[in-house]
Amino acid sequence: MTWHHHHVLDLDDFSREEIEAVLETASAMKEVLTRPVPKVPTLRGKRVFSLFYEPSTRTRASFELAAKTLSAEVVGITAQVSSVVKGESLLDTIKTLEALGADAIVLRHPEAGAPYLAARYCRASIVNAGDGAHAHPTQALLDIFSLRQRLGDLEGLKVVIVGDILHSRVARSNIWGLKALGARVVLCGPPTLLPISFADAYAGVEVEWDLERALEGAGAVIALRLQWERQQDLIPSVEEYVAFYQLNAQRLSRARPGALVLHPGPVNEGVEIDPEVARGPQSLIDEQVTNGVAVRMALLYLLLGGAHE
Amino acid sequence: MQEKVILNAEDFRRALTRIAHEVVERNKGGQEVVFVGLLTRGGPLAQRLARNIREFEGIEVPVGVLDIGLYRDDIPLGPPPQVRHTYIPGDITGKAVVLVDDVLYTGRSIRAAMDALMDYGRPRSIQLAVLVDRGHRELPVRPDYVGKNVPTSRDEEVIVRLTEVDGRDEVAIRKKETP
Repeated sequence: MTWHHHHVLDLDDFSREEIEAVLETASAMKEVLTRPVPKVPTLRGKRVFSLFYEPSTRTRASFELAAKTLSAEVVGITAQVSSVVKGESLLDTIKTLEALGADAIVLRHPEAGAPYLAARYCRASIVNAGDGAHAHPTQALLDIFSLRQRLGDLEGLKVVIVGDILHSRVARSNIWGLKALGARVVLCGPPTLLPISFADAYAGVEVEWDLERALEGAGAVIALRLQWERQQDLIPSVEEYVAFYQLNAQRLSRARPGALVLHPGPVNEGVEIDPEVARGPQSLIDEQVTNGVAVRMALLYLLLGGAHE
Repeated sequence: MQEKVILNAEDFRRALTRIAHEVVERNKGGQEVVFVGLLTRGGPLAQRLARNIREFEGIEVPVGVLDIGLYRDDIPLGPPPQVRHTYIPGDITGKAVVLVDDVLYTGRSIRAAMDALMDYGRPRSIQLAVLVDRGHRELPVRPDYVGKNVPTSRDEEVIVRLTEVDGRDEVAIRKKETP
């Protein structure tokens, strides 16, 4: 098996083989979650801290459940109610967790690059659970895993990512992962949220501002959340966004029959996706959440499950 | 390194036929039996035992496979081993589960397998069938069905080859290569 990561920061340094190793492991982990007693002793004695400087429901719950299913000790820290409010810096906090015996630290931070800084000064494995608009590798892996479980090979599959690309760490990590597996990635959104520079930044990625054209022949669509906390004035109004970019049944009919629909959540009801599509038969949204636990178990196992001298 | 063949294809076939008969006899017809093979080579061995029983008893014994990777206590240095798919056929509560493995050595894999099984239910009994028992137990584990007892030293290794995996049926023994 190919695996040589001590940290998981983004997918730009993952080979196809390493992504395959994660997906294959996740598939075995998914079976563990269906057992009458969904718990295995694999990471007994390991300590996993989750350190969140931004709000989160599913990512955090999913990581903690993954670590607990593998029998690790799990401690969750929310920055808003920790010594961070007394002015403790990120590195001091990381050092403290290390002194408490952390084997892995799952870090979410509003600043792009924060996990890289942490990784440089820390022996524990850092897992990026989202850093600013930069990367969210575990979300991308669970999106890819969800697609793979349904479609098998992703080679040549047209995947449209639509919405607030500019602020999306989910889009950025998905681009790396999907490309590594040979998918064709098309980004779509209003030009203010999808600058043409994206076409230059990512070789082979297409930029399309017209959603109906983008969806032509697509096998999967990832709709992104409009991130109000990161922008207020880049679109004229929600109504206008909905009129041009909401994923609805009529637009989805341009895609391949049975094309799969994903959304990283949380969903702004009725904005980026029509509730009917979000709950429809082509939607993987609920499955994504369950698969997220299996994928995070796989990563924790790969990071902490080996023996070291 | 020189290999010495200790079971050829014919011995192999006979051993599995005998074990299948013993399983049926011990379990009063075998209606409640479930075979669970330890991956990798226990899987095909469990399939063959079930096929034997189908042939001479006409009953269908369910077959599962178990990966013990998540339960091991002896993890080799380096990256963790690939976890493979476990499949347990139906509810094992009240069943007689026969674990099937190729070589019984320290007993640690069997301990791990028993822990794993308990997470799936509460079998009436767990029994152990192995193709080769090479001794050197480190845990109180004893097989119920043995293809062949082979006295070995710790610096030897037992190689089991299966048609399904390796292209032929054979058990051989050789000196471990010293690194």
